[in-house]
Amino acid sequence: MEPGISQRSAELVVAALTLALGLTVVLASYRLGAGWASDGPQAGYFPFYTGLLICIGSVANIVMALLRAGREGRVLFVSWVSLRRVSTVLIPAALFIGAIHFVGIYVSAFFYIASFMILLGRYPVWKSVSVGLGVSVVLFFMFEVWFKVLLPKGAYNILSYFGH
Amino acid sequence: MEELNSLMHGFSVILTPYNLVLMFVGVFLGIIVGVLPGLGGANGVAILLPLTFAMPPTSGIVMLSCIYWGALFGGAITSILFNIPGEPWSVATTFDGYPMAQQGKAGEALTASFTASFFGALVAIIMITFVAPAVANFALRFGPPEFFAVYFLTFCSFIGMGKEPPFKILVAMMIGFALAAVGIDIVTGQLRMTFGFTELLRGFNFLIAVIGLFGIGEILLSMEEGLSFTGKTAKINMKIVLETWKKLPRFWGTALRSTVIGCWLGITPGGATPASFMAYGIAKRTSKDGAKFGTGQLEGVVAPEIANNSAGTSALLPMLALGIPGSPTAAVLLGGLLIWGLQPGPLLFVEQKDFVWGLIASMYLGNLAALILVLTCVPFFAAILKVPFSIIAPVIVVICAVGAFTVSNAMGDVWMMLMFGVVGYAFKKLDYPMAPMVLALVLGDQAESAFRQSMLMSQGDMRIFFSNTLVGSITALALFALFWPLIAMGIRRMRSAAA
Amino acid sequence: MGIQRVFTRSLLPLVAAFGLVAASAPAAAWEPSKPVEFIIPAGTGGGADQMARLIQGIVAKHNLMKQPIVPVNKSGGAGAEGFLDVKSSKGDAHKIIITLSNLFTTPLATGVPFNWKDLTPVAMLSLDNFVLWVNADDPYKTPKEYLDAVKKAGANAYKMGGTGSKQEDQIITVAIEKAAGVKFIYIPYKGGGAVATQLVGKHVNSTVNNPIEAVAQWRAGKLRPLCVFDSQRMPYKNKVTDTMSWYDIPTCKEAGIPMDYVMLRGIFMPAGVPPEAVNFYIDLFNKVRATPEWKKFMEDGAFNQSFMIGKEYADWVAKAETLHRDLMKEAGFLAKP
Repeated sequence: MEPGISQRSAELVVAALTLALGLTVVLASYRLGAGWASDGPQAGYFPFYTGLLICIGSVANIVMALLRAGREGRVLFVSWVSLRRVSTVLIPAALFIGAIHFVGIYVSAFFYIASFMILLGRYPVWKSVSVGLGVSVVLFFMFEVWFKVLLPKGAYNILSYFGH
Repeated sequence: MEELNSLMHGFSVILTPYNLVLMFVGVFLGIIVGVLPGLGGANGVAILLPLTFAMPPTSGIVMLSCIYWGALFGGAITSILFNIPGEPWSVATTFDGYPMAQQGKAGEALTASFTASFFGALVAIIMITFVAPAVANFALRFGPPEFFAVYFLTFCSFIGMGKEPPFKILVAMMIGFALAAVGIDIVTGQLRMTFGFTELLRGFNFLIAVIGLFGIGEILLSMEEGLSFTGKTAKINMKIVLETWKKLPRFWGTALRSTVIGCWLGITPGGATPASFMAYGIAKRTSKDGAKFGTGQLEGVVAPEIANNSAGTSALLPMLALGIPGSPTAAVLLGGLLIWGLQPGPLLFVEQKDFVWGLIASMYLGNLAALILVLTCVPFFAAILKVPFSIIAPVIVVICAVGAFTVSNAMGDVWMMLMFGVVGYAFKKLDYPMAPMVLALVLGDQAESAFRQSMLMSQGDMRIFFSNTLVGSITALALFALFWPLIAMGIRRMRSAAA
Repeated sequence: MGIQRVFTRSLLPLVAAFGLVAASAPAAAWEPSKPVEFIIPAGTGGGADQMARLIQGIVAKHNLMKQPIVPVNKSGGAGAEGFLDVKSSKGDAHKIIITLSNLFTTPLATGVPFNWKDLTPVAMLSLDNFVLWVNADDPYKTPKEYLDAVKKAGANAYKMGGTGSKQEDQIITVAIEKAAGVKFIYIPYKGGGAVATQLVGKHVNSTVNNPIEAVAQWRAGKLRPLCVFDSQRMPYKNKVTDTMSWYDIPTCKEAGIPMDYVMLRGIFMPAGVPPEAVNFYIDLFNKVRATPEWKKFMEDGAFNQSFMIGKEYADWVAKAETLHRDLMKEAGFLAKP
């Protein structure tokens, strides 16, 4: 069998996370006041019970995952190979968003699209650069010029050299 | 027929070359606004509102309402092609639209969606033309208990649909409710679950979650299978439009139900989003192919699209006749009317005949313009799917990021979108259903407010939900929908026992 | 060229932050060098949003500024999001914010850390009025008749609808209760337009809507104004309905409810901006106020057209803050520490 993360451990991790979320909700809404005042429910009333239901459901899911393990053996959630493929999309996307903080969305989008095409798509540089540039320019005109919506320019605004 | 005369007068007011150009420009901008996730109809109209300030009011409203029609049509495009709902009311369209595109039937799904949208809008416009004031007054009967009953009915008509493990449905739905509660609580004015973070003050926006869960999640899933996004064999010629049209008349039953739901929720400001969910839920229950919904059924595209366009269009009626906005976009248009010095309300139909009938006439023309524009583009849209994954994936991520940012101008939302993408990936793989979560996120807040307002009114007495015929019958209908699976089972048992 | 730009851009805020500008700045007039962000700490379609977009439209139409104004809604946490954004943009002269009463009520009710003193006051554009409305089918013709009926019915029998919770509408409701010795059930709604129609549909018994939110229903004979919560009558004498103008509505004081309340529609900027920039915007808003579109909007919405700048404005804001704190303290609306 292919190596990777088993379905069972993924189920357990996700259920544990939802359980933690449920507990947070329960605690936070209990502090807000989760009772039924004379004129109807308090601010924390509904969140309290939604939180409680999340907890109950999560515990049930944990139990199910544990029970199922024996019968179905090791089913894969994701193999290492697939996970690597997924991260080739996820990590550049995170880098792209991170870079927006520094150089703004237009410059960041250009580098992201161009390098994604060159490195993963194995497209020639001129093609990749022109697609990246094209998307950025279209976005720029659409938002800054037509719609007058200001998108983030970043802390080191390269476009300011062009007067923006 | 006094209305017909007025309508003809309306056409004579707006049929100038200037207005026609504005109409097409408006529809075009609206489609762009609708396609870009995040930059929704309300934002789009608000952004372009000052542009129309220099125009005469009739031209201004023609252009703005055309932006709105465009957005209503355009929202479906990315839902079908990439599983990214451009607008909240297109979420239900992804359920069957995206699987269709995956099977190479994007052209068919798009045609059905556009035609359905037009049909829904048309019925709503005809209603506005002929029965406006009488219908508008119906909206006045809706107070908090009635609103709660409507939201409750939406949930009930949708519940019990999934084949996923029940505890996972429960957890997913409750997470949706919990996320919806974050932010300011309008009933008590307290902050809930913000834990002192500025980013959480505005709560979890539905669009951010949807762009992440559906859009980014889908890209991650496709990548896992190794660049499988490539080369969907989509037919790309205009014949597909005619072929699809031949199939549509079969769904007249669903069309009728969805139109009624849409018009009803548009007039009583319930909105296009609940309408689309409710129509999808009802269609699934009543259709003989109901069990196959979610796998790429044409009917599953038609139902929500008819409902959201008829709701979106009829939402303008209470706005004009009463000054109540039936949707967020209508609220912005309402602001526009005030800026132009027009007072929406009962007297608008009497005092501003040119304006009102010009607007109604432009609804017919604007929707027709939108239909023509989008239908001619069907081959083009379908061809987008042929773009290889390594080009389209980063472009989609960029557009999603822009969309997430524009929802409320915050970088925090862009990170949140990415996080929701990972959640969407994990949930999909582990069989947690996304639809109930999204439904709870979009309606949870309003349903809770309506419930608590009702409780304030009755001082904690639950009987308020049966206090008059209107609210009583909606509540009863909701309970019927909730227990329908049990009732159906009972009937089957009885039948087999009798046999 | 490029270098010079970067230089002025990165240095100006720095200098401003240290408060050196007043001493060293040349007399040259300041002008925006990029689009000006106009923060609206409320949702699209509301009163503040309408006013901000009207201003944007007027500025564009009459060409009052070389750079455009770009409105941005930051409504999260009852507007806290918008105020925190401006608070954290110290020295940014390309950012202005329009306020409503949530400038005071939000920090007091939620405990979110900001105060008007974190901002630079620019100008008061106008004051928004509040009117006590009842359904026209009800028999009450004066505030006294109505409040007597409320009193007679006992506590928690009559419903008052309003926008939001622990905000201006509820504060006014509490003030009426105190002044008249009555008790309402207060039902909070999301927006003012919805509140007016809830009154038409008789889901509540009265509201304290702003004139612009309820005028259409008044003209259609669905609602009746009883009194205005300003210290003097609204000055507009043109007939709104067949028989009445805004001026014909008595003040609540005249009618025996000893209280008044108006809502600020004012402009603020981040702290630490150069005084030349403040003067630029004051000048800009003076030009906006002179346009016919603005005047028409003021009359349609029966605004109180007070205009203040400088110390007078700051003093007014300080007084209003104390007033809100007192009212909210009495009502028990302050955030628990």
